[in-house]
Amino acid sequence: MLKIAKNNLPALFAVIAKSADLYLPIRKGTVNYAPWSEDADVDLDTLKTVKSPKDFFLPQSETLYTAALAGKKIQLEAEPFADTPFVVFGVKGCDVKGIEILDKVYLSDPVDKFYEARRKHGTIVSMACAEPQATCFCKPFSIDAANPAGDVVAWMADGNLYWEAKTEKGKKLTEIVSSMLESAADDIVTAQQKDIRQKIDALPYNSGLPLDRFKAERLIELFDAPQWDSLYQTCLACGTCTFICPTCQCYDIKDFDAGECVKRYRCWDSCMYSDFTLMAHGNPRKTQKERFRQRFMHKLVYYPDKNDGEYSCVGCGRCVNKCPASLNIVKVIKSLGVNADV
Amino acid sequence: MQERMRIRAKELLTSGAVQRVLGWKKGDFPYNPEPAFFTAEHELDDLVYDRFCAANLSGYMVEANKQDGKTLVFLKPCDTYSFNQLTKENRVSRDKAWIIGVGCEGNAEVDEMQEIGLLERCKVCTKTEHKVFDELIGEDIQTREKEDRFEQVSDVEKMSPDERFGFWQNQLSRCIRCNACRNVCPACNCKKCVFDSGKYDTEQKANVTSFEEQMFHIIRAYHVAGRCTDCGECSRVCPQAIDLHLLNRKMIKDINELYGEFQAGDDAETPGPLTDYDADTDADPSVVYERG
Ligand code: SF4
Ligand code: SF4
Ligand code: SF4
Ligand code: SF4
Repeated sequence: MLKIAKNNLPALFAVIAKSADLYLPIRKGTVNYAPWSEDADVDLDTLKTVKSPKDFFLPQSETLYTAALAGKKIQLEAEPFADTPFVVFGVKGCDVKGIEILDKVYLSDPVDKFYEARRKHGTIVSMACAEPQATCFCKPFSIDAANPAGDVVAWMADGNLYWEAKTEKGKKLTEIVSSMLESAADDIVTAQQKDIRQKIDALPYNSGLPLDRFKAERLIELFDAPQWDSLYQTCLACGTCTFICPTCQCYDIKDFDAGECVKRYRCWDSCMYSDFTLMAHGNPRKTQKERFRQRFMHKLVYYPDKNDGEYSCVGCGRCVNKCPASLNIVKVIKSLGVNADV
Repeated sequence: MQERMRIRAKELLTSGAVQRVLGWKKGDFPYNPEPAFFTAEHELDDLVYDRFCAANLSGYMVEANKQDGKTLVFLKPCDTYSFNQLTKENRVSRDKAWIIGVGCEGNAEVDEMQEIGLLERCKVCTKTEHKVFDELIGEDIQTREKEDRFEQVSDVEKMSPDERFGFWQNQLSRCIRCNACRNVCPACNCKKCVFDSGKYDTEQKANVTSFEEQMFHIIRAYHVAGRCTDCGECSRVCPQAIDLHLLNRKMIKDINELYGEFQAGDDAETPGPLTDYDADTDADPSVVYERG
């Protein structure tokens, strides 16, 4: 275990930023991951950034290739893959798991090269959640907020940041900053971990969620459940839940007329939108009920079915905090779990 | 008061006077009741009403209006302005609604640190009277802290063009285009938004520049100009805490100054100042040159 005094963090960030692009939670009205600079208002205390850090691996929009006319021919130029190392600092346990969930989609065959390149160049410094909030429910998804995954894990306790490298990438980063870190005993971190786990256990959503009801064997039953008829009713179809969610992974591919050329880009899409999966014959999901159902069936039934039972929700609670109509996955889980006859 | 609302809703539902009830349903936390339709008497035991029932229900009446029979809807004073506006625009029909006006003691929200605070709109509230209702339940408590709701707008007006551009860039570049502001807006009731249409290359799914969002917001502000009641829903729901009300209030302030005081939703008949333009007496578009 290593450590660095909290007030030396700006110096630490400066050193990291010399070797890689550094992103961390920065307050600008709200708190979100943004590039570090000396005068940025770094905020490691706010638990939940509005957006998750998935942008760094799957940006909200990115160009794939450019097509331009060269005489009578069309010239295609592929967008280069990411090739600069970067560090995302302060990622919470749920969000690290969110990235692992994206990995299963984007790194399985056929591998998404754009995603893969970013993943290869990114180092994640995760951070334990000293003060989890009532809307957190990472525990049912087997995430340990006291000891998150990541290349380096950090704990903020006792006026210090404690640091432990977990992977090869993490060790490399540790070498770069090693002169600033001093070795430390484990006891403070162990005590904080115990405290965090106790706090997590006491949170309302961390016990009793009837998740075991969501199994592929029940797909049809869940799909046809009468509860959807009322659950979706006040959904505004805004898509906020999908854009702030660390695990929502759907994208659209479109062309942009840039005058001299056409840029083919991809951008996040939302199953909540009426033009999602719109095809020449129309939309397979015609009503908001079907679209709403898709979001939750995907996270709780379809994805687990293809990924050894792992749900594609990490319990970050963002949708609980931000849905303008106060709908969220917990309400869905509870509602569909009522007549559990497991 | 909540109890009186439940009793009355049950009466109207069981008597068949209304087919459904549109209200707020108890959430998991005190601060997240959800807008909900109730169709059975026992469901109404979950109806809640407190200061976290901020969601303006009038927009949902557009859908309810397509259903058979009447819908009982609970509206706070400010929500009734939106309802009037929707009736004026023929999006909802007055006789398909049974409106119970409910007293308001100001709406609250919790911030990221879980602290409870009064909504911005309630700090400058001018709408203390229900403008349309069938019956009323409960009393109003005035929460206004500031006399002038245009104070912030005036501050922005006083900035130099560069400062002002910087101000808006800082605000709008935070936008993640989640569409919450648009979809919650009772005035944004187009069946298909131009920004969702793939037909005319206006669909905006990605930004060309980091400040692209200005287009969306400025066009939206123009489109609701004269129809925006200043209900404050857009600012309430924005996950990025963008001061969207400043855009709409700037429009309202300009309209007031150029065409005379006007409050959208005051009634369901008076044509809006921009739809009722009079070439002889009204301000010419060229006023922008004088006003800067
Ligand atoms: S569930 Fe909530 S956040 Fe998601 S689309 Fe519906 S209203 Fe928007
Ligand atoms: S569904 Fe909600 S709680 Fe689950 S990961 Fe997405 S935003 Fe977080
Ligand atoms: S609600 Fe906020 S973040 Fe979402 S589109 Fe509107 S301004 Fe942008
Ligand atoms: S205040 Fe916002 S949500 Fe309300 S009518 Fe005006 S633009 Fe729409």
